[in-house]
Amino acid sequence: MPPEPTDSLRPGATALGASDGTPLHRVRALLHGFGPLLGLIVLCIAGTALNGDFATLDNVMNVLTRTAFIGIIAVGMCFVIISGGIDLSVGSMAALIAGVMILLMNRLAPSLSSPTSVIALGIGFALLLGALFGLVHGLLIARGGIEPFIVTLGTLGIFRAYLTYFADGGAITLDSDLSDAYGPVYYASFLLPVPVWVFLAVALGGGLILNRTAYGRYVQAIGSNEQVARYAAVDVNRIKVLTYVLLGVCVGIATVLYVPRLGSSSPTTGLLWELEAIAAVIVGGTALKGGSGTITGTVVGAVLLSVISNILNLTSVISVYLNSAVQGFVIIGVAFMQRRRKGAS
Amino acid sequence: MKPMFRRFALGLSAMAALLTASSALAQDKQVNLGVAIPTATHGFTGGIVWWANEAKKELEKQHPGLKITVKTAANSSEQANQLQDLLTVNKINTLVVFPFESAALTRPVAQVKGKGVYVTVVDRGLTDTNAQDAYVAGDNTAFGRIPAEYLVKRLNGRGNIVALRGIATTIDNERMDAFKAVLKNHPDINLLDARYANWNRDDAFKVMQDYLTRFKHIDAVWAADDDMAVGVLKAIEQSKRTDIQEVFGGAGSKGMVKMILDGKNKLVQADVSYSPKFIYDAIKLTAEARLKGEVLPPKTIIPSVLITKENAQQFYFPNSPF
Repeated sequence: MPPEPTDSLRPGATALGASDGTPLHRVRALLHGFGPLLGLIVLCIAGTALNGDFATLDNVMNVLTRTAFIGIIAVGMCFVIISGGIDLSVGSMAALIAGVMILLMNRLAPSLSSPTSVIALGIGFALLLGALFGLVHGLLIARGGIEPFIVTLGTLGIFRAYLTYFADGGAITLDSDLSDAYGPVYYASFLLPVPVWVFLAVALGGGLILNRTAYGRYVQAIGSNEQVARYAAVDVNRIKVLTYVLLGVCVGIATVLYVPRLGSSSPTTGLLWELEAIAAVIVGGTALKGGSGTITGTVVGAVLLSVISNILNLTSVISVYLNSAVQGFVIIGVAFMQRRRKGAS
Repeated sequence: MKPMFRRFALGLSAMAALLTASSALAQDKQVNLGVAIPTATHGFTGGIVWWANEAKKELEKQHPGLKITVKTAANSSEQANQLQDLLTVNKINTLVVFPFESAALTRPVAQVKGKGVYVTVVDRGLTDTNAQDAYVAGDNTAFGRIPAEYLVKRLNGRGNIVALRGIATTIDNERMDAFKAVLKNHPDINLLDARYANWNRDDAFKVMQDYLTRFKHIDAVWAADDDMAVGVLKAIEQSKRTDIQEVFGGAGSKGMVKMILDGKNKLVQADVSYSPKFIYDAIKLTAEARLKGEVLPPKTIIPSVLITKENAQQFYFPNSPF
């Protein structure tokens, strides 16, 4: 077997142990974000030209708020993909966590007097369940030695089947009193809507972990070249398990924001979220084979995907039959710009 | 497209025939009936599965000579495999099938019929009707026509309507065409736009948010499905807009019917029935006809009816998941 090039030779990859936050690294990160950012700017100009209401504050907030779910999941997904893994189950996982969380809160409501404590318990439970599912994924992949694609393809079916089972084929709906008390978590606004704040916090936290901690460097090193990372005494298995736990927690956070929106979970909840999250990460400039990527790019990628469907809904220029095609063209186009950008750097 | 009155008449006469027929007690034939339906992936198909199992429970108890096997499939090819299993393993002589997709299932169903099995097709039709003995369906034309007539009346023939569509399919087109056909006679009603929201609450929420941004005045929303209506109502609630007078869903889910019964949400006053219970009706009609060695009329349409506070109680099935 020919020796793999060390990661320091790969364009765009962070060298193992290189100190992050150097000017060079920052310039590189900026360049990585350039393709999608350019795409986003072009889209926003087009959107404003097609419909004056596109640029209104209300519409921008709508778009950012609805991006929050996918964006938060995409931040976690970014870690998994950079480390060379993938998770196909996040949509089903979100739906199952939402369903089980609602069942738990409905069950607790009569015994606990204050709805706030019921909701707090529900939120804690959702995050814990997300972490637990992530841990199971991580252990099966890292210690069990099963391909991440296979493990999460399996759980994709398992999670959704259990949700359908718990929901008896219909929908699991939150009690209306609880729904009223929980509503503000999605609908309230302090300058920005709550989900946007949470999204910002998750993105900022993700960026710090990826760029400023040893753990973040190890994630990039493993994705770049797992063998080299092992030789460099990186505990590859532990780091991998942690990326899935991190993603699970992100799915938990997204679910916590999702449940107050419609107050229910049904077998169509979260359908295709995994593809949207993966698309956001890839459009944001992260290589599907791992090694390098940025949180900024991922956030821009997620917003870009929401903006496309928003523009399509605000205008009647293109036949509704072609909506998915337009999304596909933009995804491929931005990824193409990204590729050129990388080649040039 | 046949005139809808003829379809109605056919449906009603079929039901009448059934009522008189089922009072006769001659039951000497053994019927081994297979039911092939899509698996529960959303509220409506959840209801289909529930009603199919109800039919099995009740009808097997009523008729000793009847055996019912229910199979649910997640996609067309799985359903085609199950049809073969029903034939070779379960040795069925009667089939009630809700095809996953019309074109893909036509040949497999034709094969089953070729082996002498009596075939009733439900809702999603086949592309070649020779592959079936009978067809039982909800009335998609009425599903679009009834809300249009209701909204025209409610708005006194003048106002702005936005519509949400399901997934691009023939039944969705049929509903939309029927809706538009009514509006054509009322030039002062504007259909501002119709977008796909995939029979999904989340998508409907987004589409409605965007409508609210785009259109400064909307009088009524045809959500075209009760699941989508839930998302629409949330988006309106969030925007605090007061111009919208009516949100019309569709299918008569228990949540919507309850809302109409309680009268708590002034935006929701009516619905149109398109109950997954028609799978129950189809199984019952087929089983009872075959037990007597009779055949069904080639086409039975289960009528779609306007649900309002006055008649909502008879469409309320609290135990059904839908």
